[in-house]
Amino acid sequence: MKRREFLKSAGALAATAAVSAPSVISSAKAQSRKETMLIVSESGPNNIDIHGVGTNVPGYEVSWNCYDRLISHEMKDVNGTPYYDRDKFKMELAEDMNVGDMSATFKLKKNAKFQDGTPVTAKDVKWSLDRAVSVGGFPTFQMAAGSLTKKEQFVAVDDNTFRVDFARKDRLTIPDLAVIVPCIMNSGLVKKHATEKDPWGLEYTKQNTAGSGAYKVTAWTPGTEVVMERNDAWVGGKLPEVKKIIWRIVPSAGNRRALLERGDADISYDLPNKDFVELKSAGKLNIVSTPYSNGIQYIGMNVKNPPFDNLKVRQAVAYALPYQKIMDAVLFGLAKPMFGAAAGAPTQVAWPQPHKYNTDIAKAKALLAEAGHPNGFETTISFDLGFAGVNEPLCVLVQESLAQIGIKCSINKIPGANWRTELNKKVLPLYTNVFSGWLDYPEYFFIWCYHGKNSIFNTMSYQSKTTDDFIDGAVTAAANGDKATYEKSVKGFVDTAYADMPRIPLYQPYVNVAMQKNVSGYQYWFHRRLDYRTLTKG
Amino acid sequence: MLTTIGKRLLTVLPTLIGVIIVTFLLTRALPGDPAAYFAGPAATKEAVEQIRVSLGLDRPLPEQFVRYVKDLGRGDLGNSLSTGRPVVTEIVSRLPASAELTLLGLILSMVIAVPLGILAAVKQGSWIDHTCRIVATAGVSLPVFFTGLLLVYIFYYILGWSPAPIGRLDAFTSAPPNITGFYLIDSLITGNFETFRASLSQLILPAFTLGIFSLAPIARMTRASMLAVLASEFVRTARASGLDNRTVIITYAFRNAMLPVVTTLGMVFSFLLGANVLVEKVFAWPGIGSYAVEALLQSDFAPVQGFVLTMAVMYVALNLLIDILYGVIDPRVRLEG
Repeated sequence: MKRREFLKSAGALAATAAVSAPSVISSAKAQSRKETMLIVSESGPNNIDIHGVGTNVPGYEVSWNCYDRLISHEMKDVNGTPYYDRDKFKMELAEDMNVGDMSATFKLKKNAKFQDGTPVTAKDVKWSLDRAVSVGGFPTFQMAAGSLTKKEQFVAVDDNTFRVDFARKDRLTIPDLAVIVPCIMNSGLVKKHATEKDPWGLEYTKQNTAGSGAYKVTAWTPGTEVVMERNDAWVGGKLPEVKKIIWRIVPSAGNRRALLERGDADISYDLPNKDFVELKSAGKLNIVSTPYSNGIQYIGMNVKNPPFDNLKVRQAVAYALPYQKIMDAVLFGLAKPMFGAAAGAPTQVAWPQPHKYNTDIAKAKALLAEAGHPNGFETTISFDLGFAGVNEPLCVLVQESLAQIGIKCSINKIPGANWRTELNKKVLPLYTNVFSGWLDYPEYFFIWCYHGKNSIFNTMSYQSKTTDDFIDGAVTAAANGDKATYEKSVKGFVDTAYADMPRIPLYQPYVNVAMQKNVSGYQYWFHRRLDYRTLTKG
Repeated sequence: MLTTIGKRLLTVLPTLIGVIIVTFLLTRALPGDPAAYFAGPAATKEAVEQIRVSLGLDRPLPEQFVRYVKDLGRGDLGNSLSTGRPVVTEIVSRLPASAELTLLGLILSMVIAVPLGILAAVKQGSWIDHTCRIVATAGVSLPVFFTGLLLVYIFYYILGWSPAPIGRLDAFTSAPPNITGFYLIDSLITGNFETFRASLSQLILPAFTLGIFSLAPIARMTRASMLAVLASEFVRTARASGLDNRTVIITYAFRNAMLPVVTTLGMVFSFLLGANVLVEKVFAWPGIGSYAVEALLQSDFAPVQGFVLTMAVMYVALNLLIDILYGVIDPRVRLEG
């Protein structure tokens, strides 16, 4: 290339660039959007198979909508929002469920077909449940929560009869068959893609749906969008009205709000609370806020090490927390308080329920002095940066409030990737975290969070023989239908937890969903994600 | 020419080896534990261990490194845990998105900054010089996410001129067939003008955001280097010989002032390509920067390593290209030099 020629062509290039840059802005889309739902959210799936290694929560949403389970839940009405009914089951792939003493038998719908046209048989059901209890990690753990642990428990009686044998009496077994994990897969199709290293075909289902569900994934670009189309041959329920779901990942919360307000997006969730409150008062959109079922945001304390091994110190903290300020300034009222129950209020057979503490700095100071720390002490308060929007202001308020009784906290921000590692070490002295259980039973929450077998969510390393006995008692009583003992046990473990105060509940968070006015059919599910099958666009 | 390029490439090898070793060690030194992260919220210690074994993270570091290098040799950058796809596929599909945006932003910036810089130098101290200074300072001092959000607020939210900031195309336009990965070029090649329009209109705001940010170095560099050249003897001679102003400035002065400008352009381009994460976040752009940052936040080693390696290779290639351009622009510059 000659120098002169190069310079000339460079000049020409610059000239064309200048010409081709005129503003081609906004074009009205003539295309009908009636049958398409555009959903925007902060993050998308990393794997569309819930059995996969490390599938994230957005991935659960795809699984929920693209696969069927044997059974699902009916809806009930809670404050005007359809809310899943913990105790009422409806049939999805099964047309009939017969629960016996030590087993449950399911008849499959005869006309049920997978999305590739092969009929759904009991063999597929067995293979899928075998897979769930075998792949390890989260799915296997979730199955075990309902005492489903061995392949031998699943029996294909004939082509369309399937039986689950109970390992022991456990009232969580049937509900556990209606969560996302025990989804039914096309075993023939997945087996074709299985290899010796990957006997369950996880590599294939990571990127492809192989179910009988109401939707199938037709395009997926991780971190960008997921496109799902309706399966017109679906027999699991009433055929959905929306033909196509486009789920775009829009990381900026401000833009998600702008998209909604301009009417370009149909649904968004995970907007900051402040935006939800403002959108709600503007009244242009439908805003639905529902409390997390069985979920609580709390302040936890490590009870194994000083100073929080001292009950008086924990009580002092419980009196020093700025509960109402957190409700107003951090959550803008979008949460259910879990503090300040009336002094004489009896303990309920329910969970979550509020404790009796309120902000009372004088009392807190007195308790701290009694505990031998009249001048307070220094400590750190940690939080998960992944949820900094709520956690950061919350911790700043707590820091301010604790300073009034002499406890000087430095704030320790932990990136989302490290949060679980740090929790698992169980050395953080003081922190805030949230836990919510899929199965909405008090004992389920307590097994995870308070039981002495010390699961990852017993973040306080709390050990109490009394609590363990009450929890175990409740599990046994529930399995045997012994209502009196059950109620006594639930009240027992709630009372013990609030007397020992290893963690201080703050509030029950809300799931906030914003929709256009013409979108209806939103339902609240235990997994808190969207169910596309009932959505309509008028 | 070819042998010099070959020689030049050889000197790059140690750099690349260094980059491979350093990124490998750095990602391992990160505090996060990918096994715990990917085991999910309800995992027990055993489940975490299971995942650690299946990811090969229980092996000693040297063994992991040997495996990594072997895979690299086969062109395999590993699998991303967070998106579940091979890193190579991800980078190949995301690099054009970033490159298209960055190039357009750079061209916009060049079209504004170079003439501005020249004018500022020619009319030093005039109002245009001050404008240049103010524009450049303002551009570089506004953080890109702020400019981006401001542009979105004005042109999308208030005025409604610009399409929704949801990536390279709106939800109802389909992408052109993949030829170069640049939507503008691909849609033109296939004669799909509707897609061309759609993708151009999506590009305008983010490209301007980037352009505004990169105005400063280009404009300032053009001005400084023009000032130096304008003060030199050959310009005085040219003026004295009665050549008209235009010829003196464009043909003689600017050509000689181009070297530092090209260097700056190269640097700005490679910097923007990796650093426009914030713009990508604001405009939901499926680019390579946001991919790398997300992977980093999730302790997802493979994409981070792949990203750094790709960037290193691109940086080297770009520098080589600029060196060659030097020779074309100014014959006195020798590649060996």
